[in-house]
Amino acid sequence: MNALGRNETQALEVVHVSHRYGARKALDDVSLAVAPSSFTVLLGLNGAGKSTLFSLITRLYGTRSGTIRIFGHDVSREPGAALRLLGVVFQSRALDLDLSVMQNLTYHASLHGIGRPEAASQAAFALARTGLTERARDTVRNLSGGQMRRVEIARALLHRPRLLLLDEPTVGLDINARAEILDHVRRLLTEQNIGVLWATHLIDEVAPGDDVAVLHLGRVLAHGPVTEVVAASGEPDIRTAFAKLTRASAAEPTGKAA
Amino acid sequence: MTIELDVERAARGFTLKQYVICWNGIVWREALRFLHQRERFVSALVRPLVWLFIFAAGFRQVLGVSIIPPYQTYVLYEEYITPGLMAMIQLFNGMQSSLTMVYDRETGTMRTLLVSPFPRWFLLTSKLMAGTLVSVLQVYAYLLIAWFWEVQAPPVGYLTVLPALILSGLMLGALGMLISSVIKQLENFSGVMNFVIFPMFFASSALYPLWRVKESSPLLYYVCEFNPFTHATEVIRFALYGEVTWSSLAVVCGCTIVFMVGAIIAYDPARGMLARRGGPGGAT
Repeated sequence: MNALGRNETQALEVVHVSHRYGARKALDDVSLAVAPSSFTVLLGLNGAGKSTLFSLITRLYGTRSGTIRIFGHDVSREPGAALRLLGVVFQSRALDLDLSVMQNLTYHASLHGIGRPEAASQAAFALARTGLTERARDTVRNLSGGQMRRVEIARALLHRPRLLLLDEPTVGLDINARAEILDHVRRLLTEQNIGVLWATHLIDEVAPGDDVAVLHLGRVLAHGPVTEVVAASGEPDIRTAFAKLTRASAAEPTGKAA
Repeated sequence: MTIELDVERAARGFTLKQYVICWNGIVWREALRFLHQRERFVSALVRPLVWLFIFAAGFRQVLGVSIIPPYQTYVLYEEYITPGLMAMIQLFNGMQSSLTMVYDRETGTMRTLLVSPFPRWFLLTSKLMAGTLVSVLQVYAYLLIAWFWEVQAPPVGYLTVLPALILSGLMLGALGMLISSVIKQLENFSGVMNFVIFPMFFASSALYPLWRVKESSPLLYYVCEFNPFTHATEVIRFALYGEVTWSSLAVVCGCTIVFMVGAIIAYDPARGMLARRGGPGGAT
């Protein structure tokens, strides 16, 4: 169970963050938190602003209004300290296809200042955990979509982060691979005590024990443990609760360009 | 290991040794990619050789080159354009790595680099140096083939040209990096060819000495003089004969700094254009 009640440092805190691309407002006063060793689902349809939020958290671009903190480190002011505690799996594939699995992993380790010997043992451990040990020397191009995702997850965990972000990690995978990845990440969470922010538009990826943040058209409509969000909506489950929340928001006159 | 320990460790920053590890990693990846993309290497080599074998041979009779520094005797046209072709290899390489950066940004490998906790200026500079080393290798491969074609510089020139090549490689790579932050999509590379590579190459001293350009068009002469590529070519040309042209060297150094600072600003999360343009690959 997470310790939201206690005054403990959150793994991730997003406080009053807004972002616009020119005239279009992608995020509007977004606030949410991920507790250490918890599984938080960032639920939103395509275009809700999930990837924009991820770009801000990973400091691909700067936060213009609001604050983002990773274990208390402000991403804008102490990016080094914040990013060291963060592992990311981006939505688009981010592996070098011509390089081997091992080469991809050691490259990533060097980007975190981890030298060869340590990187090799860490990578071997990470691959063993994902069941990809025998593919270590293979070129990434020859892996299946699900295997590539697992390599990306192994890579994101190589520098032992305390917060893991995954942006639609199951996109383009078949049902089996999807379930496998989801299981894998949930298991990691319990084994390694890391906070997970899992962005998705697939409601069936939400489990009853998770936290959830519903993001719609750049605004957070609901945030908290799934049970509470469902109860507050007066609907029987998260699927109908999500539908109701997003419908209500669409009906609301916000004066925003569609 | 507890969370508190990890958080504390993260706040301590990196040691010098870790900076070296990171730099090595970036250079090593660039080298591996270079080895895997054999077509890229071959086409980088074929391009200047076409100019050398065909264009220069055809033009030799048309364009006599008189004695100008650093040459002490009349030189064949092949010998005259060799420094220009060396700079051209680096120009293409610089623009090609900018192309890969745009491509990387779209596929996500650039994001892997930028999400590293090392300072961004350090990451971009390392990447620039990695690209420069690749371009220097390409130039030496060209020089080797040119040697057999009897385009030969004094032996010591092959050594003295190295620092010049590193400098010009950095300048052209930094220019490419700056451009990569401005172009939004991959398709626009043909635009880079038309608007950057061709004008820079033709309006320079790579193919003809500038005094001949001045005879035919004073305006074009000034354009050439303002073209940093001209100065990169001249720095290489003099270095290949063990000499230094201080004015061109100053221009190349200055441009390198300006382009690099520009690229770092463009990729800076707080000030850069990435955020304003609608994110990587237009993703939201």
